[in-house]
Amino acid sequence: MENLIALLIAAPLLGAAVLLCGGRRLDAVGHWIGTALAAASFVIGVLLFADMLGRAADHRAVTQHLFSWIPVAGFQADVTFRLDQLSMTFVLLITGVGSLIHLYSVGYMEHDERKRRFFGYLNLFLAAMLLLVLADNYLLLYVGWEGVGLASYLLIGFWQHKPSAATAAKKAFLVNRVGDMGLSIAIMLMFTTFGTFAFTPVLGGVDGASQGQLTAIALMLLLAACGKSAQVPLQSWLGDAMEGPTPVSALIHAATMVTAGVYLIVRSGAIFNAAPDAQLAVTVVGAVTLLFGAIVGCAKDDIKKALAGSTMSQIGYMVLAAGLGPIGYAFAIMHLVTHGFFKAGLFLGAGSVMHGMNDEVDMRRYGGLRKYMPVTFVTFGLGYLAIIGFPGLSGFFSKDKIIEAAFAKGGTEGWILGGAALLGAALTAYYMTRVMLMTFFGEERWREKPTASPAEPDVEPAAEERGEHAEPHPHESPSVMTIPMIVLAFGSVFAGAFFGVGNRFLHWLEPVTGHEEGNSPVSAAAVTAATLVLLVVGAGLAWLQYGRRPVPATAPRGSLLTRAARRDLLQDDFNHVVLVRGGEHLTRSLVYVDHTLVDGVVNGSAASVGGLSGRLRRLQNGYARSYAVSMFGGAAVLIALTLLMRAV
Amino acid sequence: MTPLATLAAPSTLAAYSTSTGEAVQFWILGTVAVIGALCTVFMRRAVHSALSLAGTMIVLAVFYLANGAYFLGIVQVVVYTGAIMMLFLFVVMLVGVTAADSLKETVKGQRWLALLCGVGFGVLLLGGIGNASLTEFDGLGEANAGGNVQGLASLIFTKYVFAFEITGALLITAAVGAMVLTHRERTERALTQRELSEQRVREGKHLPPLPAPGVYARHNAVDIAGLLPDGTPSELTVNRTLRERGQIRDVSREAIGDLKALEQRSEERLERTRSGEGTQ
Amino acid sequence: MNPVNYLYLAALLFTIGATGVLIRRNAIVLFMCIELMLNACNLAFVTFSRMHGNLDGQIIAFFTMVVAAAEVVVGLAIIVSLFRSRHSASVDDASLMKL
Repeated sequence: MENLIALLIAAPLLGAAVLLCGGRRLDAVGHWIGTALAAASFVIGVLLFADMLGRAADHRAVTQHLFSWIPVAGFQADVTFRLDQLSMTFVLLITGVGSLIHLYSVGYMEHDERKRRFFGYLNLFLAAMLLLVLADNYLLLYVGWEGVGLASYLLIGFWQHKPSAATAAKKAFLVNRVGDMGLSIAIMLMFTTFGTFAFTPVLGGVDGASQGQLTAIALMLLLAACGKSAQVPLQSWLGDAMEGPTPVSALIHAATMVTAGVYLIVRSGAIFNAAPDAQLAVTVVGAVTLLFGAIVGCAKDDIKKALAGSTMSQIGYMVLAAGLGPIGYAFAIMHLVTHGFFKAGLFLGAGSVMHGMNDEVDMRRYGGLRKYMPVTFVTFGLGYLAIIGFPGLSGFFSKDKIIEAAFAKGGTEGWILGGAALLGAALTAYYMTRVMLMTFFGEERWREKPTASPAEPDVEPAAEERGEHAEPHPHESPSVMTIPMIVLAFGSVFAGAFFGVGNRFLHWLEPVTGHEEGNSPVSAAAVTAATLVLLVVGAGLAWLQYGRRPVPATAPRGSLLTRAARRDLLQDDFNHVVLVRGGEHLTRSLVYVDHTLVDGVVNGSAASVGGLSGRLRRLQNGYARSYAVSMFGGAAVLIALTLLMRAV
Repeated sequence: MTPLATLAAPSTLAAYSTSTGEAVQFWILGTVAVIGALCTVFMRRAVHSALSLAGTMIVLAVFYLANGAYFLGIVQVVVYTGAIMMLFLFVVMLVGVTAADSLKETVKGQRWLALLCGVGFGVLLLGGIGNASLTEFDGLGEANAGGNVQGLASLIFTKYVFAFEITGALLITAAVGAMVLTHRERTERALTQRELSEQRVREGKHLPPLPAPGVYARHNAVDIAGLLPDGTPSELTVNRTLRERGQIRDVSREAIGDLKALEQRSEERLERTRSGEGTQ
Repeated sequence: MNPVNYLYLAALLFTIGATGVLIRRNAIVLFMCIELMLNACNLAFVTFSRMHGNLDGQIIAFFTMVVAAAEVVVGLAIIVSLFRSRHSASVDDASLMKL
């Protein structure tokens, strides 16, 4: 049975190879090949899952050694796969949601002439992500890590003819690179500390390493996670990544790739447990990001960018939970899975709306769409209810658990983190309600002509940009698109209850992550009540702002905070001033050093040689008598030396 | 042992000492030699340098004799001073006895460098000699027992015979070499007298050949120019060297005065005779 | 008086001759200064022969004289032929080998 693990990865990898190398003849069937292989991977995953369930809880981990990759003396790197509960969860999520999105893309990308390549890239992404979660050592994980980065780049910049898309792809890759550097440094540190990369000896040998070493490794892993999961300070790429087609945003930038960072932290739990300072850093990053993403999401008019802000914020929740240590690991993963369902569903719904509205993304051009797209409205709405934590739906279970775990940390930390998480919940309710109201309720603003907004010169009316002045005719999407949305909505509704009741998910993951109960100063019921109150407050404020009054078609100027949030809370500007300008200064000073110092030394020595020789050549003036002087002088020196030697 | 200390207390330090006569001779003639050397170096005219060098060499010959090198002393006078220095004088005459070195130094800093090197070298040599252990002077009494020439001969023809033979070959080579170096091949045939006069006609120069020496001579001194028929002195009659030096004596005035006096005298005599004949 | 004084005299004459070589421009006078240097060496040899009590020094001085004679012959021949071509006896005329 273990041999099937390699097949999990091989199927989509084969699909990628076939589709990317197959050529134009496969254009007609390419998308089906890709979807079929993704589905095959899911089926294998289910088989393995069934097999795993059949075993006892502490015998569920299996490994498959494929081949020995780099066998050098003292440095052993193998291609070995590990399938335990944690990776099984991810496998099912990746292949399941991935297959649904493949199906969705068949409809979404129907009119794109390069869709064969699109499916090839999607399959490549699946293969790389599966490699990431199935790897048994950090080096192989890094291969998968880089692979998903590559796939993300290819997919964000899929519409190559758009300069904004190409730039966004580059930006995503570059920011991810910073994180990747963290992972490679962590791997190097691991090698010097433990002498190996494999999970078992590294995570088991934590007791033998010093606090400093472990903290360094953990901080580097955190840096890697920040890059991949778009956490502060490496979060600037996620908003721009929405340039890619919506299925990409749904699969990669909602459900799977951005959760790789959380996977990394939870997998390396033993290291973080032994380095409390790093854990503190993780919680801080998580708390800051969840607020950051929420604030940004409140001000965006582009539906995809609003959802991107939401993703950033929700992953912040997961990172926060992961940073709490054993009290929160399982809840981080639980929220990761439920988030995969409802966020993917929300993104697919947004794609469906865009599909029906001639690819218009500005929500100020939407309005009242529930009449025209009922299925989309229902599935989107269920996802919305899930994400805000409506009681009974999945978000309610997973997010509440995280907030409880935050309070359970104890001490001032617990209050601060718990408070931040609660505030985040309120903000989530606010911005999601805003999205719902602006898109599906209210007047049908798309019937008016678009005008440029005086307050947002950088958000052009998208329709005008595409040269379409015609009135869009919103219509429901074909069934190949709506079926995945329905399935995901199903998951958004029931997954939480399924995981939460009886702590099933917790017990499922416990052998891998470990679990502790913290000391919470507030009871679970109090937390739930507070969450619900804040939910109502947030949703109510949004309704007051957007539900009761007509939404202006052009964005009003807004307060300072709003304007800052529209500019991603000035993250890009900060990066530009600090990193780009700083980098320019550094390179300029290095160039200066090179020119004046290094070249100066070289040229100066050459010039001095030239000058010296210019002086010396005057000795050769052609006159025999001056030569006679030098001969005579030389003879005198020699005699002097001889006498000196004899005297000595 | 510093030279000064040696000079200060000769009787206590030297193991050998010369007679007072030799000492007096040394000091006087040594001074002369040094003066001669300095004149060689510093005189403007090459002839003066040659003559002062000859003087220095003669003094050195006396020193050789004083040191028991009798043969060498005589050879110094005969060969060195007599032959070599005269050779120098011949060449000076050939090259141009008038040419005097200008005092201006062309190469920058040469004078100072030369002085510095000279002084330094001199100090070194003197210091070196002073440092050497030169206390024992055996003297040549034994070596010259059979006569200086015989002693030299016995050494030359036994120990140094090879050097002797080679030096002989060297002398022959030098003589031949000198001849070769100074030989001038005529590149073209010598012009005949007829051709020379034709050339003169063409150039419009002095047409007939120059008069033989003494034709215009009024005097037998070398530096007095002969007079042409109209009484003007002809510079051509004086040696070119003297001409260039401007050392021609002009006695044309006196000659003309003499002539005038002669004419007057002869006129007077003729007048008297005519008048005497007139009266008769 | 110590016969070492002859050596001092020889050294002095040699130095004067060497300085003369460096100072004078006329080729003939230069040559004469070289002769002066050779003579000073001869004096030194003769003095040393007196010191050691054998005639080897005098032999060497003798050979030096012979060689000096040959050298003067050839050297003066060269000077004469140089003068014939250049009409100048200055040693500074040969100054083309310069940078």
